[in-house]
Amino acid sequence: MKKFLLIPFALLQLMGQSALLALGQIWVNKTRSVLTTLGIIIGVSSVSAVIAAMHGMNAKIMENFEIFGTKKIFLWPEQPASGPKKNVDWWQIRFRQEQFEDILEHCPSVEFISFISDTRNTLSRYTDRTVESVRVRGVQASWFKIENRSIVMGRPFSLLDETQGRKVCIISANLRDKLNMDRECVGETIVLGYTNFLVIGLLEDKPAMMFGNMGETQYEVYIPFRTATKGADSWFSVTASCKSAAVAEEAKAELQFFLRRTRHIQPGEPDTFRVFLMENEVQQFKKVMGMITLVAFGIVSISLLVGGIGIMNIMLVSVSERTREIGLRKAVGARPAAILTQFLVEAVVLCLFGGVIGIAIGHLFAWMISRTAPLMQSTQIPAWAVMLSFGFAVAVGVIFGMFPAIKAARLNPIDALRHE
Amino acid sequence: MDASSNQSSPVVIRITNLTRTYRIGSEKVQALRGISLEVHKNEYVAVMGHSGSGKSTLMNLLGCLDQADAGMYHLNGINTTRMNASGLAHVRNQQIGFVFQSFELLPRISALKNVELPLIYSKTPFWSRRKLAAQALERVGLGDRMHHKPNQLSGGEKQRVAVARALVGQPSILLADEPTGNLDSATSEGIMQLFERLYAEGQTIIMVTHEADVAAHARRIVRMRDGQIYSDLPAEQDPDCLRFKSKASSAQTEAR
Repeated sequence: MKKFLLIPFALLQLMGQSALLALGQIWVNKTRSVLTTLGIIIGVSSVSAVIAAMHGMNAKIMENFEIFGTKKIFLWPEQPASGPKKNVDWWQIRFRQEQFEDILEHCPSVEFISFISDTRNTLSRYTDRTVESVRVRGVQASWFKIENRSIVMGRPFSLLDETQGRKVCIISANLRDKLNMDRECVGETIVLGYTNFLVIGLLEDKPAMMFGNMGETQYEVYIPFRTATKGADSWFSVTASCKSAAVAEEAKAELQFFLRRTRHIQPGEPDTFRVFLMENEVQQFKKVMGMITLVAFGIVSISLLVGGIGIMNIMLVSVSERTREIGLRKAVGARPAAILTQFLVEAVVLCLFGGVIGIAIGHLFAWMISRTAPLMQSTQIPAWAVMLSFGFAVAVGVIFGMFPAIKAARLNPIDALRHE
Repeated sequence: MDASSNQSSPVVIRITNLTRTYRIGSEKVQALRGISLEVHKNEYVAVMGHSGSGKSTLMNLLGCLDQADAGMYHLNGINTTRMNASGLAHVRNQQIGFVFQSFELLPRISALKNVELPLIYSKTPFWSRRKLAAQALERVGLGDRMHHKPNQLSGGEKQRVAVARALVGQPSILLADEPTGNLDSATSEGIMQLFERLYAEGQTIIMVTHEADVAAHARRIVRMRDGQIYSDLPAEQDPDCLRFKSKASSAQTEAR
């Protein structure tokens, strides 16, 4: 019983012993060891650099998705791809406000919903300063919640602003500065087109994003939806948000069901509108990213395979060079298992040595990549990739060291001692 | 002291009807044709014979480096005949010390590390390994050259390191295969005196040689021919060794 308990200790001692032997062997054959591990070094460094690049790009894009909002849902009228309404006039399938009445009560997964009416490139003026092409959008108060834009000064639209179509506006901070207004701009009046508007609130500027801005500064002005449409039956689109990304699909189904009913679409007929989930795009992106990572990983894994074959080759050379030594070790009482362990550990130590250098070079690559493009800024090797690379190095050592080690362990001591 | 006086001490080696056949291509070579032999504790045996007589095969079998096709081999009462490679390695580690013609020292490590080698495989802790190895080197008279590497040692010194390595595990038998084959006669004499002293200290020694003057140091001469023992006599009764008898006894007195 006691003997069985001692087995792990004995094994550990054997491994430690073999590791020391292996380090000695590597030290003796410095040049050869470095050249041999070059394959592993290249393999591990490219694996970790590829993972780092993918990881960095993924993080950056995901961050942008987060800024943009992953809970967002966009709705707009659309001609169906088939059926009698295929080429129907756009005006006929436009959204009407009454189609959205009580929608929140019927769609429990939807948190907020807002109509949006766009009027682009309006002239805006404050005292003697003018800014051409300001983006004026008619929205509802919930829009700011959907877009997660906070009003840093003043107030949001009130119910009265919305129902009466008051001439009030919320402007972005960059427009305030461009118009050279007072910092405390709430209560001032600006001219949009030919109409005076009272500034009731100030918005934070949009956070910088990878796509969408096109590098241009956007001056934003928001007015109540009813003010923008002047109560008329005009063209608008709808933005909504779901309660969480997890219920995005439910929200979509609820909206579709509700709108089909209010838009009197018969069963079997295709939708005349589109419900677009941001969450779907995120999932799609993740899927594509995962596939690209897998493919890239597969390609660089081949270099690890080549490195492993190099290790096997040099271990075979090492076994035949040291045949007499193996014979002697066996003669003085080394069991086959001890010889096997010695050579296996040597291969693994060689690979780990390559792995350490490889990861160091990988970090260098990652740093270089992070310097090249803004998209790659956050490129760095994640901890799991370091573990994975080490795991790969050890696995390559064990797999490719096994054959030479078995060969060594099976040597007949008499023949081995007689070997020239 | 002669061979007959040892009959009372315990049996270390008992082989009965041992045969060993090699297959070289399609040809079968019968290296041993049914050998029986008993060696008692503290005997000093020389196995002699021409090349092809089977003495090396016998040595490999006695050293548990090889296994017989038929027959029995008991070492200290333990039957080794059906052991696997791992079991034989354990027996070699615990019971047998080898001295080879070409020393077989590992070139890149010091004399001390070379002597430690068997202890590594007997799982002796690090600190006692050092101590035991140093003691063994002192026993063979190399206490001052422990940290030299083999290429810094002379042939005789190398063989002494090898003897220290063979002795470090306190084996029940010391097996020497042509221990002086690569040494000049003066150095050989030194090694023989070392053996003489070990024998005097109670070590059982079995030595393979084809040189009569070396064999003359032993107390018992076993002669082989065609895979069989044809003569097994105390040294003083062996006709060929008689010529060296006087020389051997003078060496013996010198050693004491």
